[in-house]
Amino acid sequence: MHEGHILLLFLALCFAVAAGLIGCFALMKRMLLASDVISHLALPGLGVAFLMKVNPLYGGAITLFLGTFLVWQLQKKTGLATDASIGVVFAAALAIGAAVTPRDDLIDALFGGLESVSRLGFALGAAASVAVAIAVFLMKDRLTLSTFSTELAASSGVNVSRLDLVYLLVFSLTVLIGLRFMGALLASALVILPAAAARQFADRLSRFFVISVVISVASILAGFFFNTYLFHLSTIAPVTVMFAALVFAGSLAARRAW
Amino acid sequence: MASPNSILSVEKLRVAFGRTVVIDGISFEVRKGDCLAVIGPNGAGKTVLLKSLLGLVPHQGEIRWSADTRLGYVPQKVAADRQQPIRLADLLASKAAVQHLPYSDIFAVAAEVGLSPHVLNVSVGHLSGGQFQKALIAFALLGRPNVLLFDEPTASLDELAEEHTYDLLHRLQQEQGMTVILVSHDLSVVYRYATQVLCLSKAKLCMGPPKELLTPAMLEELYGGPSKFYRHISQ
Repeated sequence: MHEGHILLLFLALCFAVAAGLIGCFALMKRMLLASDVISHLALPGLGVAFLMKVNPLYGGAITLFLGTFLVWQLQKKTGLATDASIGVVFAAALAIGAAVTPRDDLIDALFGGLESVSRLGFALGAAASVAVAIAVFLMKDRLTLSTFSTELAASSGVNVSRLDLVYLLVFSLTVLIGLRFMGALLASALVILPAAAARQFADRLSRFFVISVVISVASILAGFFFNTYLFHLSTIAPVTVMFAALVFAGSLAARRAW
Repeated sequence: MASPNSILSVEKLRVAFGRTVVIDGISFEVRKGDCLAVIGPNGAGKTVLLKSLLGLVPHQGEIRWSADTRLGYVPQKVAADRQQPIRLADLLASKAAVQHLPYSDIFAVAAEVGLSPHVLNVSVGHLSGGQFQKALIAFALLGRPNVLLFDEPTASLDELAEEHTYDLLHRLQQEQGMTVILVSHDLSVVYRYATQVLCLSKAKLCMGPPKELLTPAMLEELYGGPSKFYRHISQ
């Protein structure tokens, strides 16, 4: 492997840690399906960036964060459930994305690619992952309260609406880190599956975080390993997600046998 | 104008959701150390009143708490997901962290409501009804509130647990001089513990000490029919 691919592996591991952490709260906030489609919000931006031949991440980032903000506003203004509001924005984003993305780039945009990563790209991705981890650590108590009851959180002095926005933005930042190698369709799968599997084994928050991160990191490693030596696809995303799904299925079976 | 002994003064409070007006311009005052029971038929806006006092729902009019007020809130119900990996200790520790309180406070409030330390290690979804209620009260007591807002605190409890909850409430009020605002359907409880009663209904708004206010005629007017409760509590 040359340097660009080694950096890609390390960037993917950073993403795995961030995804494992943020996913725990997506699961507890019962917004798994909603979070699953947040990554789709990047598609129109990716498409336009491909058309204009600029770094697709710039375009993806713009529509991802705009879409996230729109979802938050919809949820706040109209009182719609998060799931419903994200569903509306998601359908529109996917339609626009499919229309504008050049045909040759569409598969890459949807499922990710194995492009090598520059040192700057790696540094930015690693910094973003550290930022996600710090944000989760700082928000952990407020998120725990609002997960349990938004009213009790508000009566304890938590600004629930602002917390929701910051959480969604941190979630989107996590997706952005994994967008190029996991793709707009599968980037958030790695946020969800490890947390869902970890919940089968965890009886307290600290264990929940640790198990989720371990499964997430193991999925990325498995994705790289099996893709390199067995599947030879142009992206690690499918193998990574299939591995995480297998771990989840295994966790369900183990829980039942317990 | 609020009296010097008042801890809460509400003026022309109005709460509406869309076109539905739930509370229409009510004014009242609560003095320090009072136990105010809010009664009224279903849909009269009792829970909404409590939530507007907490600032949880948008409202018009004025709600003025005195400057040293620290609020504790026990909601009517919390739909806790039984599978969430949150232990009671995690929950209490989160509030302690948000309010910058020492971690040891969570043991103090648990002891205060009569929860043994091992219950702190139980996931909130696996607590029994009585333990869950105590946990919510312990949660409210973190931060040493001087006003407690209780929304139907015993709706899901058996009689013994209900008795314990009210004894606890009464003790807190007596020992710590806490002001309590309580929503209840149980008029015998209101009669026993409340120092003031606020009747809330579309037809009528009134406030006064329970012995003066809870007359058969008033209850009939409030609930729109002869009240069995009155016979029960006056026996």
